[in-house]
Amino acid sequence: MEKSVVFNGKLLPYLLLAPQLAITLIFFYWPASQAIWQSFLREDAFGLNSEFVGLENYQALFAQPEYYTAIGTTVVFSSLVTVLSLGVALLFATQADKNLKGASVYKTLMIWPYAVAPAIAGVLWFFIFHPTLGTLARPLRFMGFNWNPMLDGTHAMILVVMAAVWKQVAYNFLFFLAGLQAIPKSVIEAGAIDGAGPLRRFWTIIFPLLSPTTFFLLVVNIVYVFFETFGIIDAVTAGGPAGSTTTMVYKVFADGRLGGDLGGSAAQSVVLMVIVIALTAIQFRYVERKVQY
Amino acid sequence: MSFRHFAAVTAVAATFGFAASPALAVTEIQWWHAMTGGNNDIVNKLAEEFNASQSDYKVVPTFKGAYPDTMNAGIAAFRAGNAPHIIQVFEVGTATMMSAKGAIKPVYELMKDAGEPFDPKAYLPAITGYYSTSKGDMLSFPFNSSSMVMWINKDELKKAGVAEIPKTWPEVFEAAKKLKAAGHDTCGFSNAWASWANIEQFSAWHNVPIGTKANGLDGFDTVLEFNSPLHVKHLQNLVELQKDKTYDYSGRGSASESRFGSGECAIFLTSSGYYATAKSTAKFDFTSAPMPYYPEAQGAPQNSIIGGASLWVMGGKTADEYKGVAKFFTFLSDTNRQAKLHQESGYLPITKAAYEKTKADGFYEKNPTLQTPLKELTNKEPTENSRGLRFGNMVQMRDVWSEEIEAALAGKKTAKEALDSAVARGNAMLRTFEKTAK
Repeated sequence: MEKSVVFNGKLLPYLLLAPQLAITLIFFYWPASQAIWQSFLREDAFGLNSEFVGLENYQALFAQPEYYTAIGTTVVFSSLVTVLSLGVALLFATQADKNLKGASVYKTLMIWPYAVAPAIAGVLWFFIFHPTLGTLARPLRFMGFNWNPMLDGTHAMILVVMAAVWKQVAYNFLFFLAGLQAIPKSVIEAGAIDGAGPLRRFWTIIFPLLSPTTFFLLVVNIVYVFFETFGIIDAVTAGGPAGSTTTMVYKVFADGRLGGDLGGSAAQSVVLMVIVIALTAIQFRYVERKVQY
Repeated sequence: MSFRHFAAVTAVAATFGFAASPALAVTEIQWWHAMTGGNNDIVNKLAEEFNASQSDYKVVPTFKGAYPDTMNAGIAAFRAGNAPHIIQVFEVGTATMMSAKGAIKPVYELMKDAGEPFDPKAYLPAITGYYSTSKGDMLSFPFNSSSMVMWINKDELKKAGVAEIPKTWPEVFEAAKKLKAAGHDTCGFSNAWASWANIEQFSAWHNVPIGTKANGLDGFDTVLEFNSPLHVKHLQNLVELQKDKTYDYSGRGSASESRFGSGECAIFLTSSGYYATAKSTAKFDFTSAPMPYYPEAQGAPQNSIIGGASLWVMGGKTADEYKGVAKFFTFLSDTNRQAKLHQESGYLPITKAAYEKTKADGFYEKNPTLQTPLKELTNKEPTENSRGLRFGNMVQMRDVWSEEIEAALAGKKTAKEALDSAVARGNAMLRTFEKTAK
């Protein structure tokens, strides 16, 4: 006979949900609604006088050629960071999943960068690749390669992408490794007995079974690259040279914090929010169908 | 009360801004600043000396990052209702601070309310003019003022066969080519503060306007016009020289000043406030010289303008706290202290008396380096183009101007296109500011 516990009353489930709901409301819905409200206001930096201006902030935003450049930069930056950080992490995870001597040491070292704050990661990369002070930039220049992220937009982009990927690989690695370890060994062994080589086993067995992890990471990484990378960009290139590493989220930060233009900055946040919501919805609608749970 | 208990209470009190509660006899004055290196030590020493000199007030200096970071931290703290008492704001933040009536306590008012002796005429007009209203009321207290000078590595110039310190831009270009030939192949000459050097100081020094309305001093309805033929010509020269690194770009801020100290760049334009750091890092014979000019530009050299920062007092504090701040400003204005501050840091003396004293002591004969910025500032009677500048949104505007300079140096735009675009984008930002600052 099956034993089951039944809770009566409607209060308890709501009480149990309350903490999570409160957190979501306070930390997500409240700031988001504030941003939307702010985007209709024109306010000075100190918040001393504010005025309702309707859609003026949005009109001004879409009249700026720099904003379209920033959108283009964001597309390049986020595709590179997402693809590279997922790809590299998957490669590392599959290697670390093997029976190696000292595997736990590798695994621990791999996770370290995640504990580094974005701004500090940025400063590290800034100094390592600073055209004249950098420990790695000097050999590059010595080899005759004209490394100059201070003036060359492509070099600067490579630099921020590397820094952002380095930071995120650790996180992805952790999840991929856990995902790999959850795959039953018997399935892979069965494939091996049937004569499938390592590559074939990976693409036909491991990769599909890993798809829930991959999908989760894809969503998380897109959110990361859209929202959390401004610290790295600020520390490494400050959006330069000539705006070539100014992504949308960095522009939100620059216009709001440096420019004190909170209305314009809020309007950009709202646009960014809409884009990320749309992207996530598309992922759940179309990509998730291919996921095998 | 155990020490730990006491520390916890103090921490809580400081967090909630109850530092002035009568339970603690000492009134704390929070001072947020942006000074690094040798100048950070000077700030801490000043606070220590002031705290030791009396027992009613305690000045607590806190480093808040680079100039823009410090200013933003102050603005954010004001919005959250826990602003510090004193905040160090760089000169380009002046218009923003000025327009924030209610967020700030003007210094002339502060001194009057506190009954502290205060004579605005005791301060050097070239400096206070920047921080005063058109009526001459001082709004913020000048702390570290500097100007831009050309730092010279005398040893390397000698080695490269440059007999005399260059005075004009063409002479600098020639010297840089010689330096490059003598082994400085990554940097003939360079400068920190891309826009301060090549737009702001350059304009004042050549007596050409950055914008209308006396560079914005006479009103927020100013329009930028630094895309004149002279500006274009200068940027064009830099673009040409960047190609083989006879000139090499060093970024928007001061982070690359070490290129001079390390010996990489033997000619380097940056703030005169670099002195304290140069003294401690440069292992060669160095000096400073006035900024170069184009001899064909009429009336050049004119006079330079100041940079650096001033101390703003935030609004909404108690009378007792303001009294402490006022006493601290009186302490800072003391002639001997100012003279010493000037001689140690390389920043300009802010009072006339301190300048006279340093001169009378014969200090400049031994240290001509420190007189260069003063000579530049007082070179000629200031004109509409060289009194100073006051543009709203200047912090971000500088980034925009630097972006355009970078675009030209990277060969993405011509010098003319870059400056036209810098002017157009800057004007759009000025109009936004004009709407918010009423």
